Amino acid sequence: MIRPPAASQYCGQQETTDVTHQPVISAKGLDLTFQTGDGPVHALRDVSLDIERGDFVSFIGPSGCGKTTFLRVMADLEQPTAGQITVNGTSPEAARKARAYGYVFQAAGLYPWRTIGGNIRLPLEIMGYSRADQDARVARVLELVELGGFEKKYPWQLSGGMQQRASIARALAFDADILLMDEPFGALDEIVRDHLNEQLLKLWDRTNKTICFVTHSIPEAVYLSTKIVVMSPRPGRITDVIDSPLPRERPLEIRDSPEFIQIAHRVRDGLRAGHAYDD
Amino acid sequence: MRNALPILTVLVAILAIWYVAVAPMNIRVALDQAQRDGAALQPATALERQEVSVWALMLNNPAQIVGTYAMERPRLPTPGQVAVELWNTTAEMALNGRAMSKRSLLYHGWITLQSTLWGFALGTTLGILGAVAIVYSRVVDMSLMPWAIISQTVPIVALAPMIIVVSSQLGITDRTVPKAIISAYLCYFPVLVGMVKGLRSPAHAQLDLLQTYNASGFQAFLKLRLPASVPYLFTSLKVGIAAALVGTIVGELPTGAISGLGARILIGDQFGTPLAIWAALVAAAVLAGALVTLLDLAQRITLKRMGMQA
Ligand SMILES: Nc1ncnc2c1ncn2[C@@H]1O[C@H](COP(=O)(O)OP(=O)(O)O)[C@@H](O)[C@H]1O
Ligand SMILES: [Mg+2]
Repeated sequence: MIRPPAASQYCGQQETTDVTHQPVISAKGLDLTFQTGDGPVHALRDVSLDIERGDFVSFIGPSGCGKTTFLRVMADLEQPTAGQITVNGTSPEAARKARAYGYVFQAAGLYPWRTIGGNIRLPLEIMGYSRADQDARVARVLELVELGGFEKKYPWQLSGGMQQRASIARALAFDADILLMDEPFGALDEIVRDHLNEQLLKLWDRTNKTICFVTHSIPEAVYLSTKIVVMSPRPGRITDVIDSPLPRERPLEIRDSPEFIQIAHRVRDGLRAGHAYDD
Repeated sequence: MRNALPILTVLVAILAIWYVAVAPMNIRVALDQAQRDGAALQPATALERQEVSVWALMLNNPAQIVGTYAMERPRLPTPGQVAVELWNTTAEMALNGRAMSKRSLLYHGWITLQSTLWGFALGTTLGILGAVAIVYSRVVDMSLMPWAIISQTVPIVALAPMIIVVSSQLGITDRTVPKAIISAYLCYFPVLVGMVKGLRSPAHAQLDLLQTYNASGFQAFLKLRLPASVPYLFTSLKVGIAAALVGTIVGELPTGAISGLGARILIGDQFGTPLAIWAALVAAAVLAGALVTLLDLAQRITLKRMGMQA
């Protein structure tokens, strides 16, 4: 029932039949070892994965299994010690310089001295958008994350959930078609989280972005994803890749459906298998 | 207003201690004076009184205690005497149109303030530039920081006369220049340390975020490091301006200076006019308090306008 991490092979076949159909992110045999005071830490070991355009991919696994590290490698914030990775067909560095992705960190990290609008404007200022374009984009993404009317507020005037939505808006403000999100809702309570999950799905549906989403919540991963990547620690590696049979259109109630529960089961099994290896 | 009560309480306590201390501090001189005026004292001569403690002198000559509070040249003047002297050398002279007379503390305070502000401007500029260099260059961090620390271990009273001599050797006759340099020497350090801390205050994730935008180093400085350092800057500016004032006063102490609060203190010492010393001291304290309060106000306004509650 558990498929080995051979997704790349599967996609490789597609590539031969259709050269224009290229994966957005393609990792092959990725290794990353951190040299620390206590000796080397194998954060990633032989990680191979292909992500297609428009995919919503969740990375799930116990803490320390290399989810953040993998995302940071995609973002060119960390350099792999071995293996290849391409983003939009180029190196992560070239993709970063082309501003190909928006990154949402676990903490919203809004500047306290800028208003919500000013925070969303930050990447636009850096990338040299015209003033009029900036205004239009700020208004548009604020609508998108349902924060219209909060443009002039300061971060401390907003709740944690609203701050995180503002940080997502910041990542959406420029034209990156990849969204990398590292446990963006990890610090929020479940009710807020459900709501934001629903919003995020709608947003993904409307914008047709490719989303890589780190989480350690099984329901969140199953609810959101078209592809679920299960990882396990020491060394950090992929133990299962699940293509979700759920439709794109997903009301919250879908979480009670038999398909949903079945996928959640498989994810749980994958996580357990990873742990058995550990002991 | 909520802060006023504790501050006033401390002020009242200080004044009370000061007031009580006047009698034991002045009793010997007061008795010498009374002896010359023909009063009967216990013991009778100054030589004998040398052997007796001030407490015993006060106990044995209670009638003379009252005189210690109204002496012409007291060792320790009363707060009231200092206040009167301060009034006579500031407001009174200003009312008579002699605010800028050489005997007016307003004139001397203005001289000191000028050097302090020049030194503050110079020291702050050097401190900020040094901090930027330290944050952006590891080599500068390793080479400049130890010297900055060593510079503060050299006693400024030893250094001040040298700076004055060197600057007059170079043909600089204006006393403001060496004073401002001494002042800047004391002032730059807290600004340097505070700004290094402030410029380094952004979290790693915040710098990573800018990296994902492919922001340049200069953009990161302008958009993140500089605004993040503002609260730190103001805190060190408040320390810096007080240090600058101390530096200026120290620069006015070496012989030769005739104007400035420091010179007033020295001249008061040489001519045996303690009231003048005390008035100059209080004037310096008031000046320092005013400068720090002004910066505090600027800090509040700036942080409020930046949206950061102070
Ligand atoms: N900069 C780093 N230096 C050293 N070790 C690191 C560093 N970043 C992460 N690690 C280690 O790599 C492993 C994977 O970390 P991470 O990718 O953050 O895991 P996750 O996000 O899945 O919790 C952990 O053991 C972590 O301690
Ligand atoms: Mg993580």
